[in-house]
Amino acid sequence: MISIQTEDFDACAEYAALRDSGASTGAIATFTGLVRNSGDTQGVSGLFLEHYPGMTEQVIAGLVEEASRRWDVRKARVIHRVGRLLLQEQIVFVGVCSGHRGDAFAACEFIMDALKTSAPFWKKELSDNGEHWVEQKASDVARGEAWDK
Amino acid sequence: MTDQTLTVRFFARLREELGTEQLTLPADRVQTAGDLLASLASRGGPWAQLQGSQPVMIAINQAMAKPATPVKAGDEVAFFPPVTGG
Repeated sequence: MISIQTEDFDACAEYAALRDSGASTGAIATFTGLVRNSGDTQGVSGLFLEHYPGMTEQVIAGLVEEASRRWDVRKARVIHRVGRLLLQEQIVFVGVCSGHRGDAFAACEFIMDALKTSAPFWKKELSDNGEHWVEQKASDVARGEAWDK
Repeated sequence: MTDQTLTVRFFARLREELGTEQLTLPADRVQTAGDLLASLASRGGPWAQLQGSQPVMIAINQAMAKPATPVKAGDEVAFFPPVTGG
């Protein structure tokens, strides 16, 4: 299930829902991304996140499908927030249930890495000195491309 | 009645710098997404950056596309900077 939303999410409730995925599930991997105080600029006080409604959901659904082809994925959950977020707020959640940990770790990391370079979201850093649209990082592109090998 | 126009959308930094979220343009003057970019860039001013040094990503009907991808009446074409979510 995929949600794009302005409101915060309860990671514990999401974990509990992932646990409820049947007796064949032996592993759950989750990732949560938070608003940090530095990025392209220092003294970041918050973020503004923009997205392309419709396309975003389609791209992420495609990534979950690809993960399900490559690994044992019993259940997957992706939540991404948009709009104005303050320091230390939750931005993104990815959770994957598998039979074993290797598949859970790999599928979770793949979805997160591929989301960063293919889902149409854009971050703007907000600080006392103004605003700055974040630039795509070569390191993020490299991580995304590494899954193609 | 058939729609003879293209919907063009801009996001993030491009949306702000062009001061434009969406345009409706006649579809018969361009064959590809690249033609559309060139035509918009020729408006000059901030529009010139569509063919500048910074990469511009293209989506047609909400799927990633290339400059050579054909466009036709009724399509939604989006231009945006490289994505930075997560």
